[in-house]
Amino acid sequence: MTTPLLAIRGLRAAYGKIEALKGVDLDIAQGEIVALIGANGAGKSTLMMTIFGKPRAKAGRIAFDGQDITEVPTHHIARLRIAQSPEGRRIFPRMSVAENLQMGADATETSEADRAAGLERVLTLFPRLKERLTQRGGTLSGGEQQMLAIGRALMSRPRLLLLDEPSLGLAPLIARQIFEAIRTLNKQDGLTVLIVEQNANHALRLAHRGYVMVNGLITLSGSGAELLQRPEVRAAYLEGGRGA
Amino acid sequence: MDYFAQQLINGIVLGSIYGLIAIGYTMVYGIVGMINFAHGDVFMIGGFIALISFLILVSLGLTFVPVILLIVLLVSMAITALYGWTVERIAYRPLRHSFRLAPMLSAIGMSFVLMNYSQVAQGARVKPVPPIITGGYTLYEADGFVVRLSNIQIIVVITTVVLLAIFTWLVAKTRLGRDMRACEQDQTMAALLGVDVDRTISMTFVIGAALASVAGMMYLLYYGLVDFFMGFVAGIKAFTAAVLGGIGSLPGAMLGGLLIGLIETLWSAYFSVEYKDVAAFSILIIVLIFLPTGLLGRPEVEKV
Repeated sequence: MTTPLLAIRGLRAAYGKIEALKGVDLDIAQGEIVALIGANGAGKSTLMMTIFGKPRAKAGRIAFDGQDITEVPTHHIARLRIAQSPEGRRIFPRMSVAENLQMGADATETSEADRAAGLERVLTLFPRLKERLTQRGGTLSGGEQQMLAIGRALMSRPRLLLLDEPSLGLAPLIARQIFEAIRTLNKQDGLTVLIVEQNANHALRLAHRGYVMVNGLITLSGSGAELLQRPEVRAAYLEGGRGA
Repeated sequence: MDYFAQQLINGIVLGSIYGLIAIGYTMVYGIVGMINFAHGDVFMIGGFIALISFLILVSLGLTFVPVILLIVLLVSMAITALYGWTVERIAYRPLRHSFRLAPMLSAIGMSFVLMNYSQVAQGARVKPVPPIITGGYTLYEADGFVVRLSNIQIIVVITTVVLLAIFTWLVAKTRLGRDMRACEQDQTMAALLGVDVDRTISMTFVIGAALASVAGMMYLLYYGLVDFFMGFVAGIKAFTAAVLGGIGSLPGAMLGGLLIGLIETLWSAYFSVEYKDVAAFSILIIVLIFLPTGLLGRPEVEKV
């Protein structure tokens, strides 16, 4: 195997005294979709945020494209073209939809033409946003905000896209559309994706490989199809809410 | 009616000065959630720098007033902005992750530092300047009463309007403005999108200080004096204006400034000068009872 696009080794992170990541190893190869599943509070979102240095890793190493980014300031991470659609969506509520997307484009140096093309692509992917371009982000429905959060992340033309619970709060039909969109981006543009989901069934079907996280540790990994067959995964997935 | 028209003009001029200072309070509050109590003193520093640079230019033999004013404006904006930047850098940034009151206490301390520093450096006496801009227009004259609009009043109002137009454009349309609004709404997300939050906060202080320095210069030209204590009362008035308009709201700060200026002037004109501050603050209290977020402020409700 060649050098993975993202390589995480022995990663530890904590909020105050509460240790959220207790030594995580994870690899994502170029062009892969990797799913990270686990119960509420397992540390999935913390892992996503620690890649961006919020919180900073206490120990371990994060490498992106061979470069150590463990200590890189948060605002420089986006410039490496890693984008995140974070937990809770974090839309700028008092900015228009167009400005929210612009913020995504601002994250990396892009030409005007690239911006226009990127916007066109996002609006084709999520036509709902097109109707709402001048509306304030805070007035969108939950599903529309989710589309906006993903669209904003895509505007930076990322090499690695981190998606935290993209299907949360969405009607099943729209969730399916979003998963379909991710599959298309991966197939057509070779976009590399790390997707965190509680909806393990969906995510593992979409992903090439998956990791299962329990209490800040990776307990299982394998191909999506493989993991779906594992009894532990089925149990964890079904009992998800209770924390494995 | 003539008397009222004259007072209206005076009130708008005073309100412009308050408004320029109020923007600095409201901007900083919006982005870092603290009241920068040293901001009034930054305004005072702006007045002093305008005075000093004016005297230097005159002693160099410059006589053409418009050029002098332009240079004084640019010099005092630049140097005062540097003060604003420095205050944030040494007094607030180290405390950003401390308990909530810490930067505010530090701001009160900074206010005294700037005040006493000016007192030591420039002396405690009022520094007068001879009228630099004279002349004006008589708008109306009847029964021995004259409504006058002086040139300095025109300059104050036009400068304020132009600066506000530039500032509004900057916040609404430029990358920096967008970054500032992003930091105001969600600093973590802004950082995830590549915004340098520290730099954006610094720029907020720089812009606020630059606007305050213009207010300081206008004050110097209009009243013909500066002293080390002038930032205190003007600062509190401008802060009141920001709260009245709705703290965090930029149009609110301008509107609040204008209202405080008008209230003060009209109260002095029709009732008693001694109680003009009481009038201004009473109206603030009454407005806050009925509109706790100020005139143009927004209630803190957000979709989760």
